[in-house]
Amino acid sequence: MADLPDAGTCYELLARMALIRRFEEEAGRQYQRAKAGGFLHLAIGEEATIVGTTSSMREEDYLIGTYRTHGHAIARGTDPRRVMAELFGRVDGTSGGRGGSMHIFDREKRFMGGYGIVGGNLPIAAGLALSSEYKGEDAVTVCMLGDGASNTGNFGETMNLAALWSLPVFFLVENNLYGMGTSVERHSAQTDLSKKAEGYGIPGERIDGMDVIAVREGVAEGIRRAREERRPTILEAFTYRYRGHSAADPEVYRERKEVEEWQAKDPIEAFARRCVEAGVLGEREVEEVREKADETVKAAVEFAEASPEPALESLYENLYVLDSGAGWYAVDERSPEPHRGEREEEEMPEAARRLAEAGAAYAGQPDGPRPNPAEHGDAQEGVEPEVAGEVEEPDPEAEEAER
Amino acid sequence: MATLRMREALRDAMAEEMRRDEAVFVMGEDVGVFQGAFKVTEGLLEEFGERRVRDTPISENTIVGAGVGAAMGGLRPVVELMTVNFALLALDQIFNHAAAIPYMFNGGARVPLVIRMPGGGGHQLGPTHSHSFEALFLQVPGLLVACPSTPADGKALLKAAIRDDNPTIFIEHEGLYGARGEVVDGEGEPLRFGEAAVRREGGDVTIVGILKMAHVAEDAARALAHEHGVEAEVIDPRTLRPLDLDTILASVRKTNRAVIVEEGWPHGGVGANLATLITEQAFDYLDAPVQRVTGADVHMPYSKRLEQAAIPHEEHVVQAALATLEGSL
Repeated sequence: MADLPDAGTCYELLARMALIRRFEEEAGRQYQRAKAGGFLHLAIGEEATIVGTTSSMREEDYLIGTYRTHGHAIARGTDPRRVMAELFGRVDGTSGGRGGSMHIFDREKRFMGGYGIVGGNLPIAAGLALSSEYKGEDAVTVCMLGDGASNTGNFGETMNLAALWSLPVFFLVENNLYGMGTSVERHSAQTDLSKKAEGYGIPGERIDGMDVIAVREGVAEGIRRAREERRPTILEAFTYRYRGHSAADPEVYRERKEVEEWQAKDPIEAFARRCVEAGVLGEREVEEVREKADETVKAAVEFAEASPEPALESLYENLYVLDSGAGWYAVDERSPEPHRGEREEEEMPEAARRLAEAGAAYAGQPDGPRPNPAEHGDAQEGVEPEVAGEVEEPDPEAEEAER
Repeated sequence: MATLRMREALRDAMAEEMRRDEAVFVMGEDVGVFQGAFKVTEGLLEEFGERRVRDTPISENTIVGAGVGAAMGGLRPVVELMTVNFALLALDQIFNHAAAIPYMFNGGARVPLVIRMPGGGGHQLGPTHSHSFEALFLQVPGLLVACPSTPADGKALLKAAIRDDNPTIFIEHEGLYGARGEVVDGEGEPLRFGEAAVRREGGDVTIVGILKMAHVAEDAARALAHEHGVEAEVIDPRTLRPLDLDTILASVRKTNRAVIVEEGWPHGGVGANLATLITEQAFDYLDAPVQRVTGADVHMPYSKRLEQAAIPHEEHVVQAALATLEGSL
């Protein structure tokens, strides 16, 4: 077993893991209260993998994740209040309520996003690493992916490109044994996922993802290899999520006993015990870490509840960067009014606001909602519409002329 | 003015922007050593080297995705996909990522990425290399869509696309790469997106055509004038997102008739969209139903005879224009 780092580092590792645990528990509670909607993927049980990874990163390094990334953002230093506000769909959320649980983002902390498409983040990770390489910068991109993503086409394409171009990128497979409800044995022909690295001529290793120090050291070596040797690594960390795939998961694919076995190796409990036994941390400090996590998460919920819902007028904001080179563009060409970006001081027209309130997909309709033809006697029941513009039979003469 | 082929004008646009901005680079399948499947990137590798002209493996989704990531990291990638059909392999990165990221991260990330791709029929490239998917990309909020028909527009629009901070789908027509046209000497200015060109003025009927069909529309307008005494106004939108609807509507309000010509499929096409917009916003000005001339509702056949039958020609446009004038000639 690897040696413990200094007391300050141990305290910080424990504090981050405890905060993520507490945050995720509370997120689950708020989901049950219907404060958070959509899908909610909790990382309870996976804290050592997350914190071990981020604790080996430099500030300038990029991190990019999956759809289970509340903890990753928090571990990178994103304000938990803003993560909670995002789950609540509020303006102070990390994506202003546009992204939700699966799309947390914090450019300042170089957390380049959670992504809802399995494997969709892999090519982007290669691209971020390419940008660092191209600019001659030292930054490494750390890309998290699940065991399920190792079967996607993007996995093969990205590993090949990253290795071929010697990109400063490091891949960590958070192997929690299930791609949603399908176990590794049932979804991957090669169950040793680290061996998939062999096909790309890069190192692949396996570590205990429940041991924060083991993760920290494994990741440090992978990041070093990326930074100094420009060589990607696939590191497979074994971890486990105590909760279902998402908050709506009856968990018919696994036994309660299996969950309990993993809970017995709880990464936070185990690390706290080890620190206390080694005399690096005292019982009081362990208690303090928990209390602080409670306080922080309580404040996060209060903040999220107080944060306003996004204004309806903001519906079209940030769809485009306006006036940035190509000229003005209409957000919606159905508007005969001056296009957004042309006269930006234009307020959202009244008719558009009414439509937005009614849940319509378009803004800028000149005269409010369109009348329903049925109400106005325009509907022509039983009349087959004629198809216009079908191409006619070829004209042999014209064809001749073409030649 | 100099006379250039479309492929040369596009190449010049990339070369000039690469000289101007170190962040601009080109990547794609066979864009370097091979000089591009359609020779659009000819000479770029020699001038800019392998760091900035990058040959990629055949991995469309990852090429585009790496472009997305590089753009988020501050670069300005120009990705070439060998044909518009191959872009279908990259739709996840184009739709779910490039187009969505600026919005789903609330402006926290920008994706200044240009994705170039040739499409269109006429070279017997058959059912997997010659389609027209303008309508597919047109549907996606967050994307800009350019479809130039002349070397001058191709160059100026590509320069604008490269300088713009939004992801841009830049559709080129295989049949226009060799077409010559006048292009201003020297660097020239980028052309603002969302400004249609009125190729020919006329008061009887408005004909809107994109890509190669912009030329077919002009040919048809000449035939209408010579053979039928009909003066058609021909409009080339040049970009579909943003769309210069104002210019099209102004023309329709003058002529009271509209024909839309495209190579794409009829259902849910560029013409279907534009016909709806015209009907919604200029219904009272229309003296006849809007006519569409589209590609046939089939996969592009290989046989020259069948392929030509699947592509709109001048006489189809003439017939459609005359149909809008029925009873008034």
